[in-house]
Amino acid sequence: MSTESTISIDAQQVASVAKPYKLQFEKAQDSWVLLYPEGMVKLNGPAGEILQRCDGKKNIESVVDELEAAFEQKGLLKDVIAFLEIALDKRWVALSAPVEHG
Amino acid sequence: MDNATDSVGPPLWLLCELTYRCPLHCVFCYNPVNFNSVENELDTEGWLRVLNQSRELGSVQCGFSGGEPLLRDDLEILVTEAHQLGFYTNLLTSGVGLTEARTTALKEAGLDHIQLSFQDSTKELNDFLSHTKTFDLKHKVARIIADHEIPMVLNCVIHRLNIDYIENIIEMAIELGAECLELANTQFYSWAKVNQEHLLPSKEQLVRAEKITNEYRDKYSDKIRIIFVVPDYYETRPKKCMNGWGNVFLTISPDGTALPCHTASMLPGAAFPSVNDHSIEDIWYHSEGFNRFRGDAWMKEPCRSCPEKENDLGGCRCQAYMLAGDPAAADPVCDKSSEHGKVQQAVEKAQIPAEQQKTEHPLVFRDAKSSQKLEEDGVVF
Repeated sequence: MSTESTISIDAQQVASVAKPYKLQFEKAQDSWVLLYPEGMVKLNGPAGEILQRCDGKKNIESVVDELEAAFEQKGLLKDVIAFLEIALDKRWVALSAPVEHG
Repeated sequence: MDNATDSVGPPLWLLCELTYRCPLHCVFCYNPVNFNSVENELDTEGWLRVLNQSRELGSVQCGFSGGEPLLRDDLEILVTEAHQLGFYTNLLTSGVGLTEARTTALKEAGLDHIQLSFQDSTKELNDFLSHTKTFDLKHKVARIIADHEIPMVLNCVIHRLNIDYIENIIEMAIELGAECLELANTQFYSWAKVNQEHLLPSKEQLVRAEKITNEYRDKYSDKIRIIFVVPDYYETRPKKCMNGWGNVFLTISPDGTALPCHTASMLPGAAFPSVNDHSIEDIWYHSEGFNRFRGDAWMKEPCRSCPEKENDLGGCRCQAYMLAGDPAAADPVCDKSSEHGKVQQAVEKAQIPAEQQKTEHPLVFRDAKSSQKLEEDGVVF
């Protein structure tokens, strides 16, 4: 994986699992997995925690807030962005503009 | 818990071969040559049971194939159930019968993915090359699939008679908007084995096709992913068939017979278990059929002491049986096999230009009459 990624991710953007991937928890694997035509990616713990919150509704900042609350940790933004850069590169996720509230 | 359950993972890939019935007559079909004598297709209840039990065991991918699975009018019911159970659902189809209405229904049922095949058996080859009937049908079906936003892979079986037109095939795939094209060189089982001398390409044909494929890959890398499956007869090490016997793949054939791969029914020995008599759990973990070639205790020389045995697990059991007469032998594709000469012989013959080649029989099309005759002649593959 290139460390000099050209993708720039803004914490106001909204991430969602991209087609044709499908995210679900697999009891038999005891982990979150991404399913795609004729294949499966088994996700590690942090990847599963991040992706299950990328619901296409809340922005990345809110995803980070949720994770920090759930795991009682601070400063996770950098890690989340680093993972999403990889996920974008693999086309697991798609980013959209910030959602307008009001 | 018992030991087998501890060491063997779940059948991640469930392939439901819903029927051997098919409107097409492809000369490379991998359905068994005796498909015509297979009766008593599993009913809807039977398939629902298969889906539930497999999912419970940890299956995640579900393929509906055939024959032509669209000939089953309960396909929508089965896709609905598979989707609700949490499977990633794949339909493997020729596209014949994939109407607007059925596509809508399948999409609503939760179908995730369609593999659309070109069925350019040589009866249709002219149509295919002249962009007439086949092209029109594919174009129509591909557009319907695209309109419904169902991800699509195009699959084209490549062989001696169409490999020289590979650029036309790739161009067509791009035009049809496929995100992925599988150029699958014929593997020689079943009907393709019967027709092998007509279908095995020459080295020259193969090299040219790979070169062209690579050029298209470079040119259209952002548009389409192209997978090129090399015919294993041109290799010196066998493929790791099905990623290992009883390791990932579970095929249920139309009558409910459970198989470690879709051609394993040709193998001698005890019959494979049926879902009519056993649970999927029993079949997968405890049946003799599924344990027969697990691990490496069954291996003979040269596999047993081979430092590379973990790479390919001795190759394909069906190919070992067809070419070496022993399903526990090394796959004769391997140049360490004492029977490798048979593969070399076939390859040498394939280098003779078509006009000089003397073939044993004309192309045999997959149909009921040929099936019956091949069975009477005692052809098992």
